[in-house]
Amino acid sequence: MSSSQWFAVRKELRPRSRVAITVMSFILPLLIWSLVSYVPWIWHPKVDISDPGSVPYFKEGMLVDREVFDKESVTASEQGAALPQGAPANPIYLPAPHEVAAAFYTAFSTEPKRRNEKWLHESLWDSIQVIFWGFFLSSLFGVPLGILAGTYDFVSRLFEPFVEFFRYLPAPAFGALAVAILGIHHAPKIAIIVIGTFFQQVLVISNTTRKLDPSLLEAAQTLGAKRLALLFKVVVPGIITDLYKDMRILLGWAWTYLIVAELIGSSSGITWFITQQARYKNFDNVFAAIMMIGIIGLTTDLILGWLGKRIFPWQRQTARA
Amino acid sequence: MHHLELPSYLEQSDEVKDRFTRLKQRPVVLEVKGLNKDFEGHQGTVTALKDINFKTHKREFVCVIGPSGCGKSTLIRILAGLETPTSGQMLLDGKEVHGPGPDRGMVFQGYTLFPWLTVKKNVMFGVEMAGRGKMAAEEEAMQWIELVGLTKFAKSYPHELSGGMKQRVAIARALANQPRILLMDEPFGALDAQTRAKMQNYLLEIWKNIDITVLFITHDLDEAIYLADRILVLKAHPGEVEELIEVPVPQPRSPEQFLSPEFLATKKRLEELIHPVETEDDSNGDHLNMVRMVSVDDDVESVF
Repeated sequence: MSSSQWFAVRKELRPRSRVAITVMSFILPLLIWSLVSYVPWIWHPKVDISDPGSVPYFKEGMLVDREVFDKESVTASEQGAALPQGAPANPIYLPAPHEVAAAFYTAFSTEPKRRNEKWLHESLWDSIQVIFWGFFLSSLFGVPLGILAGTYDFVSRLFEPFVEFFRYLPAPAFGALAVAILGIHHAPKIAIIVIGTFFQQVLVISNTTRKLDPSLLEAAQTLGAKRLALLFKVVVPGIITDLYKDMRILLGWAWTYLIVAELIGSSSGITWFITQQARYKNFDNVFAAIMMIGIIGLTTDLILGWLGKRIFPWQRQTARA
Repeated sequence: MHHLELPSYLEQSDEVKDRFTRLKQRPVVLEVKGLNKDFEGHQGTVTALKDINFKTHKREFVCVIGPSGCGKSTLIRILAGLETPTSGQMLLDGKEVHGPGPDRGMVFQGYTLFPWLTVKKNVMFGVEMAGRGKMAAEEEAMQWIELVGLTKFAKSYPHELSGGMKQRVAIARALANQPRILLMDEPFGALDAQTRAKMQNYLLEIWKNIDITVLFITHDLDEAIYLADRILVLKAHPGEVEELIEVPVPQPRSPEQFLSPEFLATKKRLEELIHPVETEDDSNGDHLNMVRMVSVDDDVESVF
């Protein structure tokens, strides 16, 4: 394949090349991470002490800055004392890929340090529940309102200016208020996700609704469709595929609000796990937990994309999700 | 250019004359009285249609033709009820109509099939809107689909069909409502020449076999003459009726008639009306500023 084929403007690549590149998009960051982790002369600003030698404050397994280590080595050699030994290492906050991979298992099997603390799978489940209810409640009101605003100028003029204003208010700013009103458990967290999602949702969906080809509405009218029939038999089915795509994107936004939401009131869910593990300096667990969020998000999206193709058979085969 | 001796387009054979006499005795389906349409633009009011009057008889095929900007699309959209006239009336079977309704079927240039419905469900749409049961609607729809020869595609989605097939579905969908008049807004404008010719024959075939009055907008002179009983010629700025031409080409039509003297005579008349010979002082600067640009060593004198 010549380079002109790889970089043809707006042309699809051949299926095999496409798969290869998709794999590459994950392999590349992993490769960089591996290089930084496993090749001793790339970065590695610390030294992992294996033998303190004659340096009094060095201990085995201690991470010291390389400069400090070099200085102490020089001092020790000048005095003819035993030299400290150690291998180049990265800071503790950058675990190697294999450590994080192991943490995917150990994070689940590690017992909580205190009895009232939750296992990882319990924390994850909490997070998923918060996301689900937040997104569900937001959609329950946001989707109909968005569709109505996109269909009727009256609804649009009545709600959209305020929604437009409200969406600029950062959702986390309502944290304290939410706790004051709703208590410290799941409710205020769900409220933050609703606040973060709802207003964007109304605007995005009303815009999608407006993009419906007006000639379809005209055609329906000449076929005798009136008011409600126009809304339910033309507008809704007409935008449903785009609406579904919007919802997938909005669900992604809901996840980004999760972390903030979970810090409100009593910290909980995956965020609690992450902050807790960071406190114990188990950065491999931290990385694993962050990646789990990514994996859960991507998997849900892929499943929804796959489902979408089955639910809406009229979508063109070429239109890739 | 051509020195063919053509008869006048006003000359009609006895057969044709007789047909028009009978046609005009039929009841009037659509009557347009003093129709005006103004648009409020940035540069004040623009008159799109001015004092349009005409009558369409039962089972008549009328084509509306005119230069661009003559408001022919506005006219058909007003007739369909998609736009409101500034003044004037339109009567369907003698009763005034307002707003869109299933009594006036419309076929658009852009097909406007519902992409989420199969061919069958598309055709059923209007029938179901009329409150007929699902079973009845389905039966009805299948008959119309058969009429346009798409039975095999009843379960296909619109995106799986070719342009010509889509337009046939759109026609079936409009007809399934059994409208009093079928309004067609340049329905074959987006099709290639071959498909277009085929569709014209389909349409004539359908028109012959069912009780339907057709008002058909086109900018294609041949299409207008080939299809129409009468041609309503509009002129632009403002859109006014220039002439209502009775096409002297005998019915039923066939493609061989494209070269008949009556056909050519009508075409000549339409050409005169729609593309009048531009006079010197008529030049409004809209022409190519042609300078011959060839390299000095170009050894070809002229392309001819």
